[in-house]
Formats: sequence, C-alpha cells, structure tokens
Amino acid sequence: MLSRRHVLLGSLAAGAAAHTQWSIGAALAQSPAQLQLFVPAAPGGGWDQTARTMEQVLRAEKLITGAQITNVGGAGGTVGLPQFTNQWKGRPNALMVSGMVMVGAIIANKAPVTLTQTTPIARLTGEFLALVVPASSPFKTAKDFVAALKADPAKVPVCGGSAGGSDHILLGLMAKSVGVMPAKLAYVPYAGGGQAVASLLGNQVAAGISGYGEFSEQVKAGKLRLLAISADKRQPGIEAPTLKEQGIDVELFNWRGVFAPPNVSADQRAAMITLIEKMAGSPAWLDEVKKRDWTPILLTGDAYAGFLQEETARIETILKDLGLAA
Amino acid sequence: MDTLSQLANGFSVAFSPNNLLWCLVGTTLGTAIGVLPGLGPALTIALLLPITFQVAPEAAFILFAGIYYGAMYGGSTTSILLNTPGESATIVTALEGNKMARSGRAGAALATSAIGSFVAGTIGTMGVTFLAPVVVSLALLFGPAEYFSLMVLAFVTVSAVLGSSAVRGLASLFLGFYLGMIGIDLQTGQPRFTFGLTELLDGTNVIVVAVGLFAVGETLYVAARRHAGGDEIVPLRGSLYMTREEWSRSWKPWLRGTAIGFPIGAMPAGGAEIPTFLSYVVEKRLSKKPEEFGTTGAIEGVAGPEAANNASAAGVLVPMLTLGLPTSATAAIMLSAFQSYGIQPGPLLLDTQPALVWGLIASLYVANVLLVVLNLPLVGLWVRILKIPAPLLYAGILVFATVGTYGISQSPIDLILLYVLGGIGFLMRRFDFPTAPVVIGMILGPMAETEFRRAMTISGGDWTVLFTQPLSAALLVLAFTALFGPRLYHLIRTWRGPSPDHVPGDA
Repeated sequence: MLSRRHVLLGSLAAGAAAHTQWSIGAALAQSPAQLQLFVPAAPGGGWDQTARTMEQVLRAEKLITGAQITNVGGAGGTVGLPQFTNQWKGRPNALMVSGMVMVGAIIANKAPVTLTQTTPIARLTGEFLALVVPASSPFKTAKDFVAALKADPAKVPVCGGSAGGSDHILLGLMAKSVGVMPAKLAYVPYAGGGQAVASLLGNQVAAGISGYGEFSEQVKAGKLRLLAISADKRQPGIEAPTLKEQGIDVELFNWRGVFAPPNVSADQRAAMITLIEKMAGSPAWLDEVKKRDWTPILLTGDAYAGFLQEETARIETILKDLGLAA
Repeated sequence: MDTLSQLANGFSVAFSPNNLLWCLVGTTLGTAIGVLPGLGPALTIALLLPITFQVAPEAAFILFAGIYYGAMYGGSTTSILLNTPGESATIVTALEGNKMARSGRAGAALATSAIGSFVAGTIGTMGVTFLAPVVVSLALLFGPAEYFSLMVLAFVTVSAVLGSSAVRGLASLFLGFYLGMIGIDLQTGQPRFTFGLTELLDGTNVIVVAVGLFAVGETLYVAARRHAGGDEIVPLRGSLYMTREEWSRSWKPWLRGTAIGFPIGAMPAGGAEIPTFLSYVVEKRLSKKPEEFGTTGAIEGVAGPEAANNASAAGVLVPMLTLGLPTSATAAIMLSAFQSYGIQPGPLLLDTQPALVWGLIASLYVANVLLVVLNLPLVGLWVRILKIPAPLLYAGILVFATVGTYGISQSPIDLILLYVLGGIGFLMRRFDFPTAPVVIGMILGPMAETEFRRAMTISGGDWTVLFTQPLSAALLVLAFTALFGPRLYHLIRTWRGPSPDHVPGDA
C-alpha cells in the first residue's frame, strides 16, 4: 500500500513533466491536483455516474482539489472518442471514463478511432448481468431456459438493451456455449431498461437479460424470477447460481474503466495509476460502489491493457456470430 | 381512506416552507427551460443531480417534479407565439396556437393552454393518487402488437393535417419517415442513411426538425415576401384572456385531452407525443367550427393537445412510482437520483418510502397551482412579444432557434441540419406542402417500425397476431372507423337516394 506522500510525489512528478512540454494545453494546465474527466455519454448514464462518483470520492479523500467533467455523448461513445484522442492528447491530468459498451460500439459502428490509441489506466467496476423470467414462467432454472433455446431459439423471445450491447452479447455467448446458432436467436431490444422490464412484467417475452440492478427490486417483490447471474462466483445477498454452475460456461461483466489520452509519459501514466489505486482502495469508494450495486473489479496498468485486448477479440467474434459485424 | 390520510401526510411534507421554496424554484426553472428549444427536463435534472448530495431526498424530488411539470407548461409558450416548439410534446400546439396568435388571439391561446395544463395536471395527479395500481396493470397489457396498432390509430391524425392535397401531404409524411430512419437501427445495430458521419449515428432530433421546418422555414418565407406586402402588426382582438365563448369551447377539449393523455402516458412506450396527435384529430372531428382549423386557428386544437401532454406527464409517474419503471428519459434520471440516496426504486417503493412518495405526489398538486399562478399573469407580458416589428422579431427567432439547437448536443452538425431543414421548410411553404406531416411521420414512423419488428420477433414472423390479440384488433378497428367512417357514412347516405329536402339542381 502506498502512502499519500507517494501519491503527492507522483503528482508532482507528473506536474513537472507537464510543464516541460511545449503544448499550450500543458502550459495552461492547472496543477495536476485538478482532474479533467471526459465522459463520452450524456449526463445520467453509467459512465457519467462513475465519473461523478470518482470526483466525489477523490475530493473527499483530498486526493484532488476538484474535477471538471465534460460530457460528449452519442453512439455508444464513438462520437466522443475521437475528440478525446485528438484534442485531449498529452494532457497529464485527464481521464476518460468508458467501458465494455464502447468496445462493442467501436466494432459495430466501424469507428475509425479505437481504444488502442488511448492509454489504458484501470478497470474500476463491473455490473454482472442477470437472466430473469416472469414469475409465471415455466422455466425454473437456467438449464430449463437453455433446453428451450436448443429446441427452437425462435420460440424463446428474450428482451434486453440495444442490439449488440452487453445484454445481447451475453445471450449470444450463452447460445454459442450450448451449441445454438447466435444468429437464430429471437432477441427483442429496448432502448431503456424500464421498457424491457415492462415487457417482462406484461408477459410479452419469455425471458430478459440486463444488469442485475435493473431487475433486483422486481425480483425482491416476487414479480420476476432470477435464474442466473453472469458473475464469476455467487454474490452475497443474491440467491441465484452463476451461469457456470448450471453448465453454461460463460462469464461476463459490463465493466467500466478509465483511460488517459494518447502521448502521456510513462511517469504521468504511473502517477495516474497510483491515484486511481488509492481511490479504489478507499472506504468511501467501496461504500459508493456497494450503494450502486457495482462490483469492484480493479485491474490496472499492463494487466488491464492485456485484458482489454482479449475482451476486444471476444466481443468482435460474438458480434460477428450475431450477424452485427462484418 | 388510507390513501387520503397518506396524502394528508404528504401535504404536510410538501407544505414545509423549505419544500415550498424548492417547488417554486423547480417550477420557475422548469418553465424557463421549457421555453428554450434545446434544454429539456431530462438534461436539466441530470445537471442538477449533484444537488442530491446536499439536500434531503424530499426536497430534491420536489425540485425535480417542479421542473418536470414546469417544462410542460413552458414548452407551449414559444410554440404559440413563435411557432418554435420548446418540447416535442408541444409540436401539435404550434399548429393551431400559432395561427391563433396571428389572428390576434395569442392571449386566449396561452390562457387556454395554461388553464388546460392546470386542469389536466391536477386530474392526472389525482389519477396517480387514486388509480395508479389499476392503470398500471392495464398499461402492462400493451405489448408490441398493441403499440403498433396504437401507432396505426395515431397515423389517422395525418389525415387531419393533410391540407388541400393528399399527394402533397403524403409526400411530406414520407419525408418524415426518411428523417426518422437516420441513425443506428435499434433492432440490428446497423447505421442507416448516416453517410459515414458519426454525429448522425444517434439519429436526428425531432426538435431540430420541428424548429427548422416551422421557425426557420417561416422566417425565410417572411423575409422573402417582405416587399410583397405591408408590414402589419397583428392587433389584439377582444379580451386579453379568454372570452365566454372561448371558455365554453375549451373545457370539453381539456377533459377529453386528459382522458387521452393520462392512460397513454402511463403505458411504458406511450410517450407524450401520441396523445397530443390523437387529441388534435378528435377535436378537429368534433369541432363545431372545423373551418377555423388551419386557417384562423381553433382554440379546441390548442386546449385538447395541451391538456393531453400534461396529463401524460402525470401518467409517466404511474409506472415510475408503482413499479419503479422509468418509461421516459426524465423518469429514468429521476430514478437515478433515488439511487444516489441509496433508495432502490421498485415495486416496494411505496411501502418502504411512504413519506418520500406521498410528499412527491402532494408537491405535484402544489406545483400545478404554482404554475398556473406563475403563468397566467405572464400571458400579458408574453403577447407583447408579437408587437415587436417583424424584422427584429424574426431575427430574434433565428438567434433563439440557433442557440437552442446548439444547446441540444453542442454539435455543429445539428446546426447545419437546422438550416438545411429551414431551407426545405421554406420551399415547402412556397410550394404549398404541409410541414406538420413531416414531424408526425418522423415521430410515429420509427416507433411503428420498431414495435412492428418487435411484434414479429416475438411471434416468430406471424403477422396475424395484430388481428388475433383482442386489444390490438380493437385499436385497428377504431383506426379504420376513424379513417373511413365519415366516407362510408356519406356513401350510404347517397345510396339511399336523395333526402327529402334535396331539391333538384341543388348540387
């Protein structure tokens, strides 16, 4: 565990490095204790909430003096990404909050700029997904669901978020792991979680997949039945087995992480990683994470960059299988 | 009586001086952002979310509810005066409201929309108080097939705004379909008509289209004809507020608009636009003075849709408070505020947080009263805008439309789109194409497409579900009757031979 002095030293080093650069942005940059957060989504969503929670915790822990949040929303983050890699290039005190959804959007939208052009700092949190059915459904376990899927995927309409998003990807991975062609699935996408839940409550569809938080209250009230979660192990307080326990070899987190812009020095990168590690270890952060039903899955530096590469390959394959990417 | 005692508790929360103040701040702010085309309640609440760390949950939700209701009031003002809808739910208001303003009845149009909003908002809030559990179970019966049939019914409204030539009206409608299709297709994730521009992937905003066609198009048209006619300032006719006749023409549309708006707002995919379309067509059919529609402006065409959009705003709260389901962008952001207090919104919300929920409902009643008190005196002030000489007024409208559009997503592409559409709007006016069908097509087209494809995915490609599901079939029959009923009636009359009072040579 690093002490606060180390962080300050790291920040000072980053600051010094910034001042030696000739770019106007760096010259104008406030002391690195002032963080700039780039959110490639509209205010209110998961990335935005992550950024605002980060600001709150970092300030409370006195790791920064303040943060400025910039929202550039649209198309799963692919509208904001080029702006971050071009205009924010080399800024030592900047971070972009993004995640798995953007990996998928970059592939599906054939975006010219990809995450490999940024400097990956850390994976922070994840939301595991849940497979639910209406209370009156004949499916009692995920095995029942998969059996029906094997019999005729077209007869098992499943609702979730937008096409090619994490919910659709999980269904595709599940189908593939039990030998059903992902392209044959009857997936019913909804733009918002509320409408997807409504279609389940109204018995319009056979099952639903989304972040556990979207369904948790309905499950507690007995209106929906939770069949399985996509986490790696059972979660405290949730009485449902994982997909793996039920013989479906799939694990998926809708993860969120932070990225520094291109062209930051190795020292600046190290300082940023230290800052984030410090934040992610603080009780205030863990408390906020728990309140929002996020799972802390911290992974930093090179390990994160490696994970990002694997994840991109996995998503690309399944999007092709689903017929959404060429 | 349990409901009443809990509501009384709610009022004791809402009437605390602090919360009254938050309500006033919310309603004022809401009215202001409703007036601006770019700022909507969803964005405003999202930006105010950090406030939830500082104040009690009750205060934050009372503020948010005030903003939400206030935006519904404010949106109609610019629709009526400047033909520049501030919200997508007030696009229909511009159709008759602006015509009324041009014939000197701006005050009456503003008054009927403010009072109608009050009536509908209050009845709608009562609906939330007493009927929520019943309404929500009915709303959940609506699946994709039913929604598609509801859209088909809503398409009948197009016939009410077609104008003189059906071919021109339908051409406008199809232009709307095209504009609505731009962007990523929700069902397959593939981009359509985006010409490789990432900014177009999320589609075109209906506000940009409405402001471009209505406001910018209109401005160009006026500028082009500037030397053709004299510069006239429309004098105010009759009373500033409503005359006795206007009152008697307004109250029924208010009630009918509420009856249409509340249940559709409560439906998970209902929205606020469809009820305004439906209310408009109902009022046009029932009006004793149909000749005023589209010419001098009919007050029924303002009163009904305005009541409908406020009632639907109340309806949206039904699934949110009873099931924890956010069915509009604004509701979704309000729910995320619940989460920052560690409150999980869901079907148990009413049991676990009664003080909060009933305080919120009570403050909706208060917000409605505040809004009508706030807005009625402003009518006198607003109508003076029309006394500004045309060149200044229209330059002002252009600035206003441009700034507002830029505010939506800070994207220069939106501005280009606004002026291209303004040019198209000008040409459409010049060659007598109606612009309203474009907006109707743009809203309804993609919704109808999405619901149809969802219905087909669920049924495995069997389109007979549209007729075999009773609710869906009933809606289709209603749509058919509304479209062909009058014609069939006419046909039967002529079949039966000339009526007794028919004199030869009378044709």
